[in-house]
Amino acid sequence: MIEFVKGTFIIAGALLMLLASLGILRLPDLLTRMHATTKAAALGVILIMLAVAMHYAEVGVSARAFAIIVFILMTAPVAAHVIGRAGYFVGSKLWSGTVKDELRPNYDPLTHELKSGMESIENTQRQPRDTDPD
Amino acid sequence: MTGAIWNLLLGLAWVTLSGDFSGLNLVVGLVFGYIALLLIEPQVEALKGYPARIPRILGFIGFFIKELLMANLKVGFDILTPPWHMSPGVIAMPLAARTELEITMVANLISLTPGTLSLDVSDDRKVLYIHAMFLDDEEELRRNLKEMEYRALELFR
Repeated sequence: MIEFVKGTFIIAGALLMLLASLGILRLPDLLTRMHATTKAAALGVILIMLAVAMHYAEVGVSARAFAIIVFILMTAPVAAHVIGRAGYFVGSKLWSGTVKDELRPNYDPLTHELKSGMESIENTQRQPRDTDPD
Repeated sequence: MTGAIWNLLLGLAWVTLSGDFSGLNLVVGLVFGYIALLLIEPQVEALKGYPARIPRILGFIGFFIKELLMANLKVGFDILTPPWHMSPGVIAMPLAARTELEITMVANLISLTPGTLSLDVSDDRKVLYIHAMFLDDEEELRRNLKEMEYRALELFR
């Protein structure tokens, strides 16, 4: 039984990574490529690490596998966000099939100001918060 | 926070007293510690809210794994089949999260679910700009994102 679960996890993880690399090749623009690489690859690593933890069934190995999962979950979205954001603002073209872009009209390329589009009413009443950047 | 520390201490006490220093025994100790804290919660002011938080965290992890698998299948299907079914776009989502930590957590969770990638937060911290891969049903997507944000914020408040 456990052999079967382990095998399924490893095959599924490897397939997900294959899917991620196919995604880089096939998808049309930077942002959609970021979608494929980060999530599919992260889930693939998680599945393989679970299989490794089950296979060895030792505290040391399981703890390390668990730590790897946690670090992947912490770093993958940050990396995706940073690369995607930088690419978008540097001006990489979006795919021609993109249906809408609510960011572009709110962004000022000269001052790098990014408006929320909710200022009109609320700006007048808004109080400064502790979390605001200086 | 005090609850978590007490739970850990009780778990360690269990491990030392039973003399079996294995990971599995620590888990057993943590479970018994949790049950003990659950029983004395009405009497101890400092523990308020801790026992209710654990099932919520577990429920959230389950919900998150479900979302992760479903959305991964969808993206995978689109990559493998030749015609593009996707209709990507950038949408603005008003944030209910207020502090920096909450916004970071929500943005990271949104980035982790396939099909959505958080791009940037507006300068006044009110709106999160998200690149979504499947915008055919925008209302549905916005509802899902809101539910995710609501569940994530529940863990912190």
